[in-house]
Amino acid sequence: MAYGHSDDVPTAIKILIAGGFGAGKTTMVGAVSETGPLRTEEVLTEAGAGVDSLTGVETKSTTTVALDFGRITISPQLVLYLFGTPGQDRFWFIWDELALGATGAVVLADTRRLADCFPSIDYFERRGTPFVVAVNCFDGARQYELDELKLALNLESDVPIVLCDARQRQSGKDVLIALLQHAARVGAAVTA
Amino acid sequence: MTDRDEPKDDEWVDDHAGPVVRPYAMTRGRTRPSRGTFNRIAQVTAAVTVTTPDVWMEPEHLAILRMCRHPLSVAELAAHLDLPLGTVRVMLGDLLDRHLVQVREPDPAGTHPSADIIEAAINGLRAL
Repeated sequence: MAYGHSDDVPTAIKILIAGGFGAGKTTMVGAVSETGPLRTEEVLTEAGAGVDSLTGVETKSTTTVALDFGRITISPQLVLYLFGTPGQDRFWFIWDELALGATGAVVLADTRRLADCFPSIDYFERRGTPFVVAVNCFDGARQYELDELKLALNLESDVPIVLCDARQRQSGKDVLIALLQHAARVGAAVTA
Repeated sequence: MTDRDEPKDDEWVDDHAGPVVRPYAMTRGRTRPSRGTFNRIAQVTAAVTVTTPDVWMEPEHLAILRMCRHPLSVAELAAHLDLPLGTVRVMLGDLLDRHLVQVREPDPAGTHPSADIIEAAINGLRAL
């Protein structure tokens, strides 16, 4: 690791922002990023399998998928990058590329559609990527106790679950801090 | 290509072809870089200052070299150039082949940043 070396190339930390469609991924990336949301365009080189289940959602291009990301410059030596994950199951091959070299992930949950975040949780559990669940407190959504939600999500006891407002920068920062603290604990456990 | 008047379902024509065909031509049909993996957070720095482009260069090669006089991630290059990520990776492979850029990839998958780095990130976030 070159952190602290005299050259001026910063260390980059990659964090993924996952969750179901409409759970607030783009909102959170935009709220905490210093640049406003940036966007990469991925040209699909293989045909999408299956059929979109997004009934009622406007048709999206089948040739490319656009992914939001953001940047937080901590210092000239350290930069955080946040990448929103694709919301549709047929883009799992992009998830693998995104997760490569990721320090951790935030899984955004919407209590009105809790099951939508199950695939993200399954993915990071299987891959061994440290993650936290951030319950996005939408207006009008019923409030639950975090213990109730942890049970409903069948989370391992050490996986943190926090409340957040994806629109608020401070709230997004708090979620990222919770994730990094968790990643540090997991890292310490791995190297112990 | 078959008769242009009768596009088949799997053909891209007109607007559908626009955003895809130009980057494809830019890379001369290549979809994978000649070398390098180019993680989207890999930091790219120009190794030289190029004022006149070499004959093999596309304008976008030159644009990349101009943009990464200071280190910039692969994802940011793609976003600022408004090019598909795959296209930028191919062009970075060309530049890396000729030692015109330096690329720092993140730690390999499965390793965690050191405790020092994570602590620096946490403290930095708190201070922002």
